[in-house]
Amino acid sequence: MVEPLNPAHTRHHPRWHRRRMPIFWWLRKWRYFRFIARELTSVLVAYAVLLLLAEVLAVARGPDAHAAFRAWLARPPVLVAHAVVLLGLLFHTVTWLNLAPRALVVRLGRRRIPPRAVLVAHYAAWIVVSALLVLLIGRT
Amino acid sequence: MPELATVEVLRYRPEREAAPSWETFEVPFERNWMVLDALNYIKDELDGSLSYRWACRMGVCGSCGMMINGEPTLTCATYLESVLPGPVRVEPLRGFPVIRDLVGDLGQFLHKLRAVKPWLIRDQGEQPDREHLQTPEQLADYKQYSMCINCLLCYAACPINELEPGFVGPAAIALAQRYNLDSRDQGARERLEVLASQDGVWCCTFVGECSEVCPKNVDPAGAIQRYKVTATVDAFRRLLPWSSR
Repeated sequence: MVEPLNPAHTRHHPRWHRRRMPIFWWLRKWRYFRFIARELTSVLVAYAVLLLLAEVLAVARGPDAHAAFRAWLARPPVLVAHAVVLLGLLFHTVTWLNLAPRALVVRLGRRRIPPRAVLVAHYAAWIVVSALLVLLIGRT
Repeated sequence: MPELATVEVLRYRPEREAAPSWETFEVPFERNWMVLDALNYIKDELDGSLSYRWACRMGVCGSCGMMINGEPTLTCATYLESVLPGPVRVEPLRGFPVIRDLVGDLGQFLHKLRAVKPWLIRDQGEQPDREHLQTPEQLADYKQYSMCINCLLCYAACPINELEPGFVGPAAIALAQRYNLDSRDQGARERLEVLASQDGVWCCTFVGECSEVCPKNVDPAGAIQRYKVTATVDAFRRLLPWSSR
């Protein structure tokens, strides 16, 4: 028998090679990166919810508090930061809504509603809720 | 087109080397060759010690899945021409321990597959006097998931499979859904324990890559997300006071 070149090798106890997952695995492919970006932008979604709640709180405290809150929103650094937040929100929303038909199978009687209709319904709901919020905030 | 194609294969011969290394082969370029034909040429003509799995040559057996240029692919269904100009890099599927060259260990997967009970389960003591009938609509509910050939490209594409080795994984969950959604099956509750566990569907973060690489359009990612909805509804139902459990 030929002497093994790998001294660690034992004939009846094979050593399987296990590859380690590189820490930057998500840079390997655009689709992996898109996934990580979708997950990370959920932090911005949480921020947007808190921002909305903060505005509701300011409205509840009275006109002065609300005016001060709006003045803070209008400050240039805040505007720039919120523009970035908005981009992140749009990215998260679009990538999230596009996945919805994969998880939801909706039936009408015995027939399955086509995935495209489920997608359109999600976008329609998004637009309607956003429009209602704009109306609500615009009136205050 | 070139007369020769360069194929780089990640070799691992545990008796010779402690870690895998690339070996380069020159194979003749033939227009009608698949990548698998190039590997067969290497084995027949250049180096008979090259180890890899294959069987049917027509995308049915699911044996010849490998990483070609970093993408999990069936080597019998990929034209050599489509990955040229080379070098064409062939590696074993990611996420599986490598036994030798391009051969990965599938033991963990087979264990997971058995755990989800991928067969028709009927209530015990049943004595059917005829076959269980099924309408075309009922067949359509699960047919897509029955197309899985266990090629494991979805596991190689799934980063969660590498990060969380306990994850039941895309193909096993899709196959569990194949039976859960079958009108003749009564075993959904038996599968729930595994599928709704921490290593089940909740491990999945919906990267979605499993469905992208699936050669049979099974959409395992969709199967997993659908089961998340099922498991959530089931959990809420159990909270109801009139629930039987």
